[in-house]
Amino acid sequence: MSNYSIIGKPTVNVDGPAKVTGEAEYTFDITLPNMLYGKLLRSPYPHAKIISIDTSAAEKLPGVKSVITGKDTPGGKYGLWRRFPELCDQEVLATTKTRFIGDPVAAVAAVSEDIAEAALDLINVEYEQLPAVFEPMEAIKDDAPLVQDDCENNINNTRHIEWGDVDEGFKNSDYIREDRFSYAAQSTACMEVHCSVASYDKGTGRLTVWSSTQSPYYLQLGISDALKIREGNIRVIKPHVGGGFGSKNSTMPDSVNAALLSMKTGRPVKITYNREEEFTTTEHRTPTQLALKIGFKKDGTLMAKEAKVITDGGAYTGLGATTLYLTGAYLSFPYNLPNYRYDGVRTYTNKVWSSSVRSFGCISALYATETQMDRAAHDLGISPIEIRRKNAMKSGYEAPGQYKIATSGLPASIDKVEARIKEKWNDLGKDEAVGFTCFAYMCGGIFNWIDTPYAFSGAMVRINNDGMVDLYTQASDIGQGTNTVSVMICAEELGIGMEDIRLHPADTAITPADLGAWASREVMMNGNAIKAAAADAKKRLIEVARMKLGENIVYDLEVKNKRIYLALRPERGFSYYEIVQDAIKLNDGEPIMGTGHYTPHGKGMVSPAFAFGSMAVRVKLDRETGLIEVKDIINAHDCGQIINPLGVRGQVEGSIQLGLGWGLCEEIIFDEKGMVLNPSFVDYKLVRHRDMPTIESIDVHTYEPEGPFGAKEAAEGTVAPTPPAVANAVYKMTGALFNTNVMRPEKVLKAIREAEKKEKSNS
Amino acid sequence: MKKELNFVVNGESYNLWVEPRTLLVQVLRDQLGLKGTKRSCDSGSCCACTVIMDGKAVKSCSMLALQADGKQITTVEGLANGAKLHPIQQAYIDNWAFQCGFCTPGRLMATKALLDENPDPTMDDIKIALDGHLCRCTGYNMINEAVQDAAKRIREQKLREAA
Repeated sequence: MSNYSIIGKPTVNVDGPAKVTGEAEYTFDITLPNMLYGKLLRSPYPHAKIISIDTSAAEKLPGVKSVITGKDTPGGKYGLWRRFPELCDQEVLATTKTRFIGDPVAAVAAVSEDIAEAALDLINVEYEQLPAVFEPMEAIKDDAPLVQDDCENNINNTRHIEWGDVDEGFKNSDYIREDRFSYAAQSTACMEVHCSVASYDKGTGRLTVWSSTQSPYYLQLGISDALKIREGNIRVIKPHVGGGFGSKNSTMPDSVNAALLSMKTGRPVKITYNREEEFTTTEHRTPTQLALKIGFKKDGTLMAKEAKVITDGGAYTGLGATTLYLTGAYLSFPYNLPNYRYDGVRTYTNKVWSSSVRSFGCISALYATETQMDRAAHDLGISPIEIRRKNAMKSGYEAPGQYKIATSGLPASIDKVEARIKEKWNDLGKDEAVGFTCFAYMCGGIFNWIDTPYAFSGAMVRINNDGMVDLYTQASDIGQGTNTVSVMICAEELGIGMEDIRLHPADTAITPADLGAWASREVMMNGNAIKAAAADAKKRLIEVARMKLGENIVYDLEVKNKRIYLALRPERGFSYYEIVQDAIKLNDGEPIMGTGHYTPHGKGMVSPAFAFGSMAVRVKLDRETGLIEVKDIINAHDCGQIINPLGVRGQVEGSIQLGLGWGLCEEIIFDEKGMVLNPSFVDYKLVRHRDMPTIESIDVHTYEPEGPFGAKEAAEGTVAPTPPAVANAVYKMTGALFNTNVMRPEKVLKAIREAEKKEKSNS
Repeated sequence: MKKELNFVVNGESYNLWVEPRTLLVQVLRDQLGLKGTKRSCDSGSCCACTVIMDGKAVKSCSMLALQADGKQITTVEGLANGAKLHPIQQAYIDNWAFQCGFCTPGRLMATKALLDENPDPTMDDIKIALDGHLCRCTGYNMINEAVQDAAKRIREQKLREAA
């Protein structure tokens, strides 16, 4: 199909040897000479005024080197939505009041973690408890207590999206249905907890921070805002990261407090969260309530959709405002929608704040859309697959003012999955059924609320005399395989081997600014920047080769397999290494440099491109216990030109695991006072080895003109389709409606009983 | 009051003095600098800290260091033969059986303990043996395949050595 040398070939992870030998160093593993250990004292109340804090006893404890509270901070507020100062709502340490159970009020640095922890017990905080609010619908009431004092009705952010004429669309519909959905919070459950090491250089006034982050540049900005330090004096280094899944985009208290404690003590300080802090104080998936109205023609043509959404934001903004917008965008996917209206509200509540989690905005939207689709299909007497085929977004589709779909493999994916279901699953047993869903996902976001003056992504290459290429990119590998893809793209563009490239990733002091690893932007945005930087350097090699060949300039040159040659007469050319040496000699000894960048232009509001796909799940239901067993999955995925098939499979299957957890078993449970009741892997259940279905993946090939070598995303698209597919299978068998996620057996039984009752009263 | 601990880790004998409440994982990571072994849950519920003690996979976060007195311990750093990777390590690389890699060291040790005991495990054997090992990245199936691949490589290596 393609004549790429490296792109599209199964390629093992460039970090493989380090990761299987234990040599890969994570922030969690870093120990610096003379390092201190920091700990945070957290609020035991969901909403409380700080009357006084007495740290004298803690300071006297031998081994304690610094104790800081809100009054010791420079007073900077921080957040990701830097264009909107009112949304930069976090303090380094609470100065006047705490807003959730776990809000940090003091920090200690000591010679050991044990001593730091003992010191926390000696800090005496006098609180005055304030009335608190925990539910979004309560929070917007006029008499509700205010989480952020200057934010009326606790409305953190609102979003409106509209096109067409929705009322007219419903008027012209033959069938209208309305459903309500409500979802619980999901933890990212990263295997590596949040942690940071900060080291302040007293001589230069500069700060170096190693952190388990997925966005080093965001962290650099966050620390700069929080501590009022010049950006350039902060260097953030991302070592290997033990998973992010969205919860490591925001600047977190571990980083800013480690930095401040290091500035106070003049020694490196490390803060590592424990698992309980991870569950109770870090960002989780946004709990969302939706009211959704859709209208169809009798033949199943989608006419209009109206969505009203309210989300439980918790105490701060994080990336939650983005989630709110994306929920609205994704509610318009993946079907042709002539008339659409979305209104979303994100509320502050006195709980730990919700933010972005892998497939953010998308899973909330798609679960509602895809379960509603089956209900409508049933009522209209159309098969679930046919109704989807009829409405599926095709290449060239445009949502006015919002986004354009250059390439869509959705129709092809429906056909492919349908064909495989017929071939493979003609032996369904009793209490088995197939659920079907379609999905779409973005390739990075087109919004600049972080207010960066830089390109969305940048890259630099330096070609040295022996042909070794140093590649500098802030592309942030957090496990998804970005380092491997970065090297593959650079090698393909330069026509050399991966062994010819030395990667220098994710260090803000040496790599161009980049917006980090979120919304599946790495291949599209970093990939394009890397490809452009390599192409820039390649230009010089071609110039030199052209001079040496002495041919008419009309002849094209190609760079491939470590040779530079005439495209039409491949035997006429030179080795890459020879040309590199000549080029450096001709340039008075200066190495060959190439720079590149990428910022989407003219691509609407949401994303430069979209991946699509269809999924079928084979589900077995135990009608006695309500237990759902997801046995097998068939997934057809249009992720453009695949860069690394091994990596894509890993991303797809990992996404399914996380999505399945959201659908079946994962829920952060809060009590009525905003306290998390299940902050451990004993009580918070992840999908395990034995729970995983088999997964057959089918590649739906498209060539995305905006992506590097035609590529799209592959990292998140398959999180969302699994839960609605499961719900649809159970609906098919029982008529049970699932308007919430976490389909635990007791909920399944209840939904089945309700469906039976309804059936009886109807007959 | 510190107590004496004598044990062998990755073939090296150590004589240490440790507080009785010290966990095995703390001694390995903080005293011996063997940071390949990870901590993640601190409650014995994720298995990231798994090492091999006298041939059995154990959770080093749920054991006192002194319980390892007189024992032989192997950590992920002891798996390769010098610069040559163990077939299990190579199979994990070739099958993309890790992503972030944080749970990988513990999982590799559990795989070693499994294959030492059962050189030809079925898929179910593998799933049962590794079920307690949480992974947030991979979706597990590629890990299961890597373990089967590793088992095959080890069996073939043994046949070659016997021939």
